[in-house]
Amino acid sequence: MSESVVATQSSGGHSKVSRVSEAVIRIAGNSQDGIQAIGGFLARLAGRSEQEVMTFMTIPSTISGGPSIFQVRIGSGEVLSAGDEADVLLAFYQHSYEGHLSSLRKGGIVLYDSDHVQPKPEWQGEYRHVGVPISSRTVEAIGGTAKDKGKNIFALGLVAKMFDLNVGKLEKLVSERFTGKDTSITQNALNAFHAGYSFQLDGLIETFRFVESQKRNNTQVVMNGNEAIGFGLIAAGVRFGAGYPITPWSDIMELLRRELPKYGGSFIQCEDEIASISMAIGASYAGGVAVTGSSGPGISLKTEALGWAIMAEMPLVVIDVQRGGPSTGMPTNVEQSDFNIACFGGHGDAPRVVVAPANVEDCFYTAIEAVNIARKYSTPVILLTDQAIATRIEAFEQPDLQRLTQNIAPDFAPVADHKPYDLAAPDGVTHHVPPGTRIASGVYPIVTGLEHDELGHPTGSPKMHQAMTDKRRKKLQALGRELPLPKVFGPSEGQVLLVGWGSTQGPIREAVEKARSQGEAMSALHLKYLNPLPEGLENIFAGFRHVFVVEMNDGGLYGHGQMAMLLRGRYCDPKIRGINKVDGLTWKVREILEATRAAVAKLGNGKA
Amino acid sequence: MNTIHFQMPTRLSGSPIAPLADADRKPLTKKEIAADHPTWCPGCGDFSVLALYFKLIERRKIFHEKVTTIAGIGCSSRFPYFVQAHGAHFIHGRALPFASGVSLSRPDLHVFAFSGDGDAFSIGGNHFNHTARKNIKMTLVVMDNWVYGLTKKQTSPTSPLGFKSKTDTWGAVDQPINPMKQAISAGATFVARTTHTNPNHVLQMMEAAMDHDGFSFIECLSECVEFYEGAFDASNPRKGGKFDLIPPTHDVTDEMAAYKLADEAFPGKFGIFYQVKRPTKNAREAQIQQAAQEKVQGQAPWQILQKSFERMR
Repeated sequence: MSESVVATQSSGGHSKVSRVSEAVIRIAGNSQDGIQAIGGFLARLAGRSEQEVMTFMTIPSTISGGPSIFQVRIGSGEVLSAGDEADVLLAFYQHSYEGHLSSLRKGGIVLYDSDHVQPKPEWQGEYRHVGVPISSRTVEAIGGTAKDKGKNIFALGLVAKMFDLNVGKLEKLVSERFTGKDTSITQNALNAFHAGYSFQLDGLIETFRFVESQKRNNTQVVMNGNEAIGFGLIAAGVRFGAGYPITPWSDIMELLRRELPKYGGSFIQCEDEIASISMAIGASYAGGVAVTGSSGPGISLKTEALGWAIMAEMPLVVIDVQRGGPSTGMPTNVEQSDFNIACFGGHGDAPRVVVAPANVEDCFYTAIEAVNIARKYSTPVILLTDQAIATRIEAFEQPDLQRLTQNIAPDFAPVADHKPYDLAAPDGVTHHVPPGTRIASGVYPIVTGLEHDELGHPTGSPKMHQAMTDKRRKKLQALGRELPLPKVFGPSEGQVLLVGWGSTQGPIREAVEKARSQGEAMSALHLKYLNPLPEGLENIFAGFRHVFVVEMNDGGLYGHGQMAMLLRGRYCDPKIRGINKVDGLTWKVREILEATRAAVAKLGNGKA
Repeated sequence: MNTIHFQMPTRLSGSPIAPLADADRKPLTKKEIAADHPTWCPGCGDFSVLALYFKLIERRKIFHEKVTTIAGIGCSSRFPYFVQAHGAHFIHGRALPFASGVSLSRPDLHVFAFSGDGDAFSIGGNHFNHTARKNIKMTLVVMDNWVYGLTKKQTSPTSPLGFKSKTDTWGAVDQPINPMKQAISAGATFVARTTHTNPNHVLQMMEAAMDHDGFSFIECLSECVEFYEGAFDASNPRKGGKFDLIPPTHDVTDEMAAYKLADEAFPGKFGIFYQVKRPTKNAREAQIQQAAQEKVQGQAPWQILQKSFERMR
């Protein structure tokens, strides 16, 4: 609640109501407590109240149980990250209390379940403690032992009271959530909510109210990044996909399996990762743009078939929801360590397209773009997202679906003749005619992973291998020329340029805003198109003394992160350096600033 | 943020011409179906399979664009290059999932996959099992030569015990798989066995397989004259062997009887071991689509999407 402005006396007289422009609420408990549901309700409420919202969650990779958190940041202005420090911590257990108090800002409020948590006297001075017997009051309100079921909704009532949230809207959200279930379940949930809402928060001397957010004319939708990708693909016209379950990619395949049949499409669960990409490529060959995806080890398994799609020049979208690696790594944590495998993974010279969405809203639009690039350049496109965007919930303006929804059904009109790998094609761009297309000349093409001639028949000709390699490269160089140059966030000249890609855009921008407010000449550049890179980045870099590439991957043997290595190699510019971390968590604004300042100090203010 | 730099490209490839009427098209001749001259060694059994595939296309009056020939890697898998039709030469062992992608999205095509014993049963063994159990509509012909030929004589998953190869100079020690049993236990709905030395029988099996609504699997013994000469002499009457058809009394829907037949020592019997009707994956998916689409009848895709978004407000 960093921007707490006015304090007024409430009509009751005994407790203060502060107006806040934003708040960070962290809910800590165990994974089966339904704390993600509380976060989801708050996020949806914010979306319906035209507020900005961003969430962050960690879930254990164990099957059931284990500590879990959900952090929601709601604001009346622009919300760029899930927030470094919480204003309010809602702690269900002793381990939640002890483990997460450090994430609360000094003077923040810890709301704890006094049935489970024994507060520590030494912390009482630094944080405002409010104990509520959440478990027993929930049982009192809805009866039964219910093994703590419903206490999340009770807690939601407490939070609603504390932040003077719109009760009517929350009731509606709670009712909607239990639609189709026994009405007594909905009633129980509402009872728990009201019990929480009417609980006398002794010890809480202050409640809050969000300042009015600017009226928006447009409806907001609330979803996570995986959902946004799934719906984006459907809007783009994708009607076939294949996959194998793996965290955190699985949500996308579940969504597509459920939704695609409505559009006359299918998503097939395959026997393994290799079969999934192979089946998707088969469907692309048959005339569509098919999708597959995975995370972590699954991406490694797909690289051989990906190489075929590059060689045969097949359109394909591969979603990589990055998690902590290598190997099984950290399945439910975030990392950006698949940059290299996405851009370069596989044997041979195999150029492909890699794009990365910056936030949940961008997931929707980037999915459409990935399909369009795949189709236009007849190439695999890797959509490189990550666990942080995949699982976090954001509110964004509902896309203009009527305008954006595409029909990319194949066209089987006969052609006079056809050479799929025509070396004279403009920019070397291949376009296949799908099987089912009659070719009047009677000469039919083969698509293949062997080096081939223009009709797709094998060749061992040294000249042809060079010419076809050139062709596969040139078409992506043409794409590079077509890419828009990203805009610098902040002035185009200064001391420090922070370069980022993917989900780090929010915290990097927030860091830049903070640094600039403190007089530092810092700007940021966000790259969405990772491979090929847009042309002209060197002109942007020229405006800054230091260029730091902020990534969630390791600096590696040579001291720079994965994208930093590419940029250093591409631009031969030693002032490009990496700022890296791999703790499995998103960058905090403070961490970015501290690392940047330390790097600048180390380099000195003189020459770069 | 909410902009798209890349708009949907307008199509497409080639220069579309006016629709051509099929009515006055003549059935294709062998010459029109043949493409590259096969790269197989002279005397290879695969030639006969190719010739009979041409014959099948000729006889069943299939046009170029209606058939898709798909293969993985191996001698046998060069097949698509030799056929004048749409085709794909995919990666080792994965012809079946690729062919499944074609089959599931294109009910209008005849999908044929050609494979070898290494491609189908070793590196692609898992796909063989799952494509069979899902009963995805296509025909798979495995040209089984009991040896890795393209890589020059290594042990294959069907090499008999004692076969001396470059990877088992003392003779193969691993139990070979039995393709018939493998297919039946995996849930294939059409399982047949033939041999390249009996062309009429090969064609008969191909026709029956093509007419089967589901995953149809043919194991066709196809001699590698270079690395396993004489492997199948015992099944070739011209070499003093015997070619025994499955007796007409065999009930093709009787799984146990099919297993028993498959247990016979080489050369065993030839013909359809097992054939049952079971809904295909293609039909199942179509049913799922139909049920889902009934609920959104009359709505354009963007309207269906809009409904989903309304629930996410």
